[in-house]
Amino acid sequence: MSGHILEIRHLSKAFGSHAVLKDIDFTVDKGDVTTIIGASGSGKSTLLRCINLLETLTTGEILFHGQDVTKGKINPSAYRAKVGMVFQSFNLFSNMTVLANCMIGQQKVSHVKKEEARQRALYYLNKVGMAPYINARPDQISGGQKQRVAIARALAMEPEVLLFDEPTSALDPEMVGEVLDVMKSLAKDNMTMLVVTHEMAFARDVSTHVVYMADGVIEEEGPPAKIFTNPDNQRTREFLKRVLNS
Amino acid sequence: MFAQLISDIGSLWAKYGTVYLTGISNTLILSVVATLIGCVIGFFCGILQTIPCGPADPFLKKALLKFIRIILRAYVEVFRGTPMILQAVFIYYGMPYFFGVSFRDIWTVSIIVVSVNTGAYMAESVRGGIMSIDPGQSEGAKAVGMNHWQTMLYVILPQTLRNIMPQIGNNYIINVKDTSVMFIIGFSDFFAVHKMVSGAVFKYFPSAFMEMVGYLCLTLFASFLLRKLEKKLAGKSDYELVSTDSLVMSAGTYSLPEDAVSPFDEISKDYKGGKS
Ligand SMILES: Nc1ncnc2c1ncn2[C@@H]1O[C@H](COP(=O)(O)OP(=O)(O)OP(=O)(O)O)[C@@H](O)[C@H]1O
Ligand SMILES: [Mg+2]
Repeated sequence: MSGHILEIRHLSKAFGSHAVLKDIDFTVDKGDVTTIIGASGSGKSTLLRCINLLETLTTGEILFHGQDVTKGKINPSAYRAKVGMVFQSFNLFSNMTVLANCMIGQQKVSHVKKEEARQRALYYLNKVGMAPYINARPDQISGGQKQRVAIARALAMEPEVLLFDEPTSALDPEMVGEVLDVMKSLAKDNMTMLVVTHEMAFARDVSTHVVYMADGVIEEEGPPAKIFTNPDNQRTREFLKRVLNS
Repeated sequence: MFAQLISDIGSLWAKYGTVYLTGISNTLILSVVATLIGCVIGFFCGILQTIPCGPADPFLKKALLKFIRIILRAYVEVFRGTPMILQAVFIYYGMPYFFGVSFRDIWTVSIIVVSVNTGAYMAESVRGGIMSIDPGQSEGAKAVGMNHWQTMLYVILPQTLRNIMPQIGNNYIINVKDTSVMFIIGFSDFFAVHKMVSGAVFKYFPSAFMEMVGYLCLTLFASFLLRKLEKKLAGKSDYELVSTDSLVMSAGTYSLPEDAVSPFDEISKDYKGGKS
């Protein structure tokens, strides 16, 4: 029995004949902030979606505390409640207020009583600085605010791992900071996170582990200090040169 | 001329007022009840048709869903593709052949026919409504751990309902007018009253005038109510910022289950009052 929270073992994913992920292998431990970087189309989103069981893998397994979650033995809903996800496009429920967005999952999935769900939602909304907006609907707040609410919604389920798929890519530049700030404090708080991002500064300064992907394979992984200053792999070096200079 | 019309209407009303009123209330009740039942049928069919089914699902489930889809398809095509007046005759006079009993309660048959007909139209509207909702909504729901039914009930269907309100209104208005074909099995709706009365006293225009006004009342009032309902479903157009202090106090009673003590407070301060 290993101590890893998540273990991705030999994961492959093909859409028809298009192999998007090939033999992906890595682990996530408690407190890790793992960032996944790589060019557009390299399969980063697909990987996260596989981990959240939004896509079915072609082969391989995903172990959550040592138990395979892909073979239908574990209820996907129960697993997803423990592995939260924050999307690039927020995906807040547009028929609910900010507060209700953060309560519904707790009430219906974790069967938390209404008052407690409310307290918990307020607690996390306060943390992301969105408590004053509890009565607003998603279409009434800005992108950065939506993403902070989405983070609070995920946190309110008290997951063990949070997956982020380019949480700041859909945001206007002036709103990126507020979301990154929230994520930084989560990291400080020892939240276990797996973050797909194009924000190299975040990957370098905040993460504990960096995974570089190209064409559906992990080319290189390691601590940010190593990846960003002295990568072994030629492709990693070229990719970083390209993105850091732009 | 106007004076003549008014006096004719007056005399019609004096003699047949209650008959007209009964007719209009029959039409109103039938179309409201049938539209509501039709919506329920439509939602039910729409939901059944959008149950997700991947290649990984067991054979039995796939076969069952396929079967359900074929049945629903047939239902929709038959009831959209034939005139309601024929459907009424078909069911009313067909019952004795199939069930050995004749269905002599005209209300029951009328409600069944109009509801089932409306349901066929609504099934398509609901299916389209469900499909038009951003897939991100159901992914968001799945990501917090909701299963398919919870996702439907709390996220997708409320949004679908909001989106198809105009179609529901349309169906109601069509029903108000089209229930007049139920005279074929003897249902005395508003229009049947016109035929009966004008046939007896030969005052075609005054009666038709009253009918026009009556039908318009039924439909305009419904349009008005639907607008209100649509506004209500869309929610308030503004919101009030809640003072953070009161929230922090009430949220303060919630204690974290784990060791996590937060360095978030710095952030909360920055964002207090909210940036916009
Ligand atoms: N549902 C799908 N059907 C078919 N192909 C898909 C599907 N989803 C993704 N792909 C393909 O998989 C590849 C990887 O896509 P993915 O979205 O995972 O890339 P990414 O690394 O997240 O890129 P980006 O940085 O632009 O978000 C792409 O070539 C894409 O066309
Ligand atoms: Mg992506």
